[in-house]
Amino acid sequence: MRLMKNTHIDFVGIRKVAYVISALLILISLGSLIIRGLNWSIDFTSGVAAKVDLKAEDASVNPIKIDELRVALKNNGFPEAEIQHVGVVDDAKFMIKIKSAESKAEVSGDTKTAFIEIIKGNFPKHVEGRDINREVIEEIYEVGPKVGGELRTNALLAVFISLILMIVYIWFRFELTFGLMAIVALAHDVLIIIGVFAFTGKEITVQIIAALLTIVGYSINDTIVIFDRIREDLKIRRKEPIEQVFNFSINETLSRTVITSVTTLITALALYFFGGSVLHDFALAISLGVIIGTYSSIFLASNLVVDITRATHKEKQAMQHLTKRK
Amino acid sequence: MKKFSWRGLAIIIFICVTAFYLAPLAIPNLPEWWAKNKLKLGLDLKGGMQILLEVDTSALSVSDARGAVDQNIKIIRERIDQFGVAEPSIQKLGENRIMVQLPGVSDYQAAENLIKQTAMLEFKVVAMPEEAKRVLDTIDANINANLSLFPSLAELDQKDKEVMRDSLGAEITPAGQGVFSSLIRPGEMDYEVQWDNIDLIQDLLADSLFQQAVPAGWQIALDRATAESAREDRALHVLSSAVELSGGDLSKAKVEYGSSTSTDPRIANKPYISIEMKREGARKFEQVTADNVGKRLAIVLDGVVYSAPNIQERIAGGRAQITGRFTSQEANELAIVLNTGNLIAPISPVSTSIIGATLGADSIRSGSMAGLIGLLIVVIFMVIYYKLAGLIADFALVFNVGFILAMLTAFGATLTLPGIAGIILTIGMAVDANVLVFERIREELDAGKTPRSAHDAGYNRATVTVWDANVTTLVAAVVLYQFGTGPIRGFAVTLAIGIIGSMFCALVFVRSIFDTFIITGTKKTLSI
Repeated sequence: MRLMKNTHIDFVGIRKVAYVISALLILISLGSLIIRGLNWSIDFTSGVAAKVDLKAEDASVNPIKIDELRVALKNNGFPEAEIQHVGVVDDAKFMIKIKSAESKAEVSGDTKTAFIEIIKGNFPKHVEGRDINREVIEEIYEVGPKVGGELRTNALLAVFISLILMIVYIWFRFELTFGLMAIVALAHDVLIIIGVFAFTGKEITVQIIAALLTIVGYSINDTIVIFDRIREDLKIRRKEPIEQVFNFSINETLSRTVITSVTTLITALALYFFGGSVLHDFALAISLGVIIGTYSSIFLASNLVVDITRATHKEKQAMQHLTKRK
Repeated sequence: MKKFSWRGLAIIIFICVTAFYLAPLAIPNLPEWWAKNKLKLGLDLKGGMQILLEVDTSALSVSDARGAVDQNIKIIRERIDQFGVAEPSIQKLGENRIMVQLPGVSDYQAAENLIKQTAMLEFKVVAMPEEAKRVLDTIDANINANLSLFPSLAELDQKDKEVMRDSLGAEITPAGQGVFSSLIRPGEMDYEVQWDNIDLIQDLLADSLFQQAVPAGWQIALDRATAESAREDRALHVLSSAVELSGGDLSKAKVEYGSSTSTDPRIANKPYISIEMKREGARKFEQVTADNVGKRLAIVLDGVVYSAPNIQERIAGGRAQITGRFTSQEANELAIVLNTGNLIAPISPVSTSIIGATLGADSIRSGSMAGLIGLLIVVIFMVIYYKLAGLIADFALVFNVGFILAMLTAFGATLTLPGIAGIILTIGMAVDANVLVFERIREELDAGKTPRSAHDAGYNRATVTVWDANVTTLVAAVVLYQFGTGPIRGFAVTLAIGIIGSMFCALVFVRSIFDTFIITGTKKTLSI
């Protein structure tokens, strides 16, 4: 079976359209970032997150309503607590997050203890007969203010350093313009995904940072396969204008680009639909990243190289510049 | 007879190593030396608790500080061993942090207390009533002189004055005249603090400014709080600050139970801790008791008074009891911390996470489910799209997943939930190297080459691309490992192993199968 055999799509010709679309997406992302900001998880802000199961042993006890829980926490010094249902309402499972940045009370080592006391004190009937530490609190996570800030710095540093290292590698293997434009395409991918998270208000967790770095790795992979072909074709088709060579290379690798994206997308979607709630947003970020990464590899990275080279070099030098040996 | 081939040898070694490390997962009754090489599950999959502790070495000199963290780790390890946790992991992170992972622990509060308790045991003489009065008066005078330094007390003082003005002659009987002593009242033997003032007093005791207000040679300490007494008034002691005996003088602590007929209500039918002292300690203890007959000796742990019995006579033999309304669990834990010695520098948890065991099991189930579904679809897709070549790539793919698990085992890494996600993603990305090669071979075939030369050209050209593309992804994985912690590191490791494995599978494994079985003789077609 073969899809996309001998395609002749004019990717370089329609690049302006792609630029406009990307510019719009980036504008929307920046807008959401500025207006809504990022919803950093407690990994970064510090605070307490807990998953509690408040389904009473005694079936005659009415299930707790989310508002009752909110009032109980509010009356005990945590007015800013975020509460969500986990699963169906009747299960009475809740995810509760208390972020120290928003809470008036400084979250300290005792917040966890205080939180458990509030649950015990306010909902005795729902807790009765069960081990509070084992059965009621399914999961609890506390991050002190020191680690939170550090983690955020480290995460940003990780993204930054990996970008720099990639520029260096691509510069070494290709030519600086390729390296820089690959990174521009990457920054575009990461920015749009962060934008989606800002727009939807989804939490930026440690896992999401990992997803972003995976996307960076994946998208650069896609871009390099195309660059590699361009490098090869530039040597063979010395007489043709670079636009034509670039377009030829993109079409040649199109089938591979799409197939790899499809298989990766399949597994990412499998994670999204079957991987459980913990990996949900992670899988979402990866799925979006695969789509946007593929798009930017085909429509942006090499087209940007064309435009930059055209702007800085005359016809003859352009070819020489791009094929010069390192 | 074929020539000896390095590639064949590499494949055989690869398969053997993978099989060796995967066997313990699949076969139950392997010999001990083999079975112990089993893939470890991370805390997020197994359930348990993880605490990141920070050692406060600010009070120590630079050289002491370095040793203090290691010494603390040793003490924490001993405590945890005595507490009875299977496969704990205690690691030093950076300069002054300690990561403690306790799989399967459900009573995390007890575990946390056990770990972070400094357990600084001291024996101090309690001030006589008239001495205590004098100390409190001095404190009052010192505080009054610098009232602005103590905002909480200044506020209180203001209120008191207003009350006095409102109802002159109101019946107020503070212990002294000053604002500090207005918070306490004389009790039977010691002073007492009303329970709603306890927080205020605790804050003051921790305040270094307040400590300066206490006259030299003396110290103020509260009685120990228990779960039942949290809302009761608590005794406040004035102690001589000289340490008569400390934890270092101890040789052994153990839990005992007082007989029900005991006349002492503190130990009747209750657990208490009996301690034995070293020879030197016993001698000191004898001396102290001899010098202070008629006074009381306070047993202070981490700045809190556990008990303060009367010294009726000189005590020889170096035995003492610590009583204090313990539950038997508390008594057990206290015995453990006393036996393992006190932490050199105080530690405090900076982050804690507790994961229920059921949640971990759910994660494994849904993770494997997602992995299998993803794998199945990719496998079917590859066979449909590349026919026989796709089938070979599928073998390599399954093999690659096995290789990741085997390498994780070999490196002693733990499989975490993001790690599972990493493996699943690798399934999607691992076919990439094969796709690159296959597409290239197809192109060469289209250009009119024979299967053999199309295969050779395809591999030669695609190899460069595979390297370039994967090295950059590897860069991301390495950076992720360097800056990530815990589960994220697990993810980075799986990703990196997956990349290396998939390159090996595509460029060596699949190619060999092609070379040996497909491209033989002068076949005119290639199933690709």
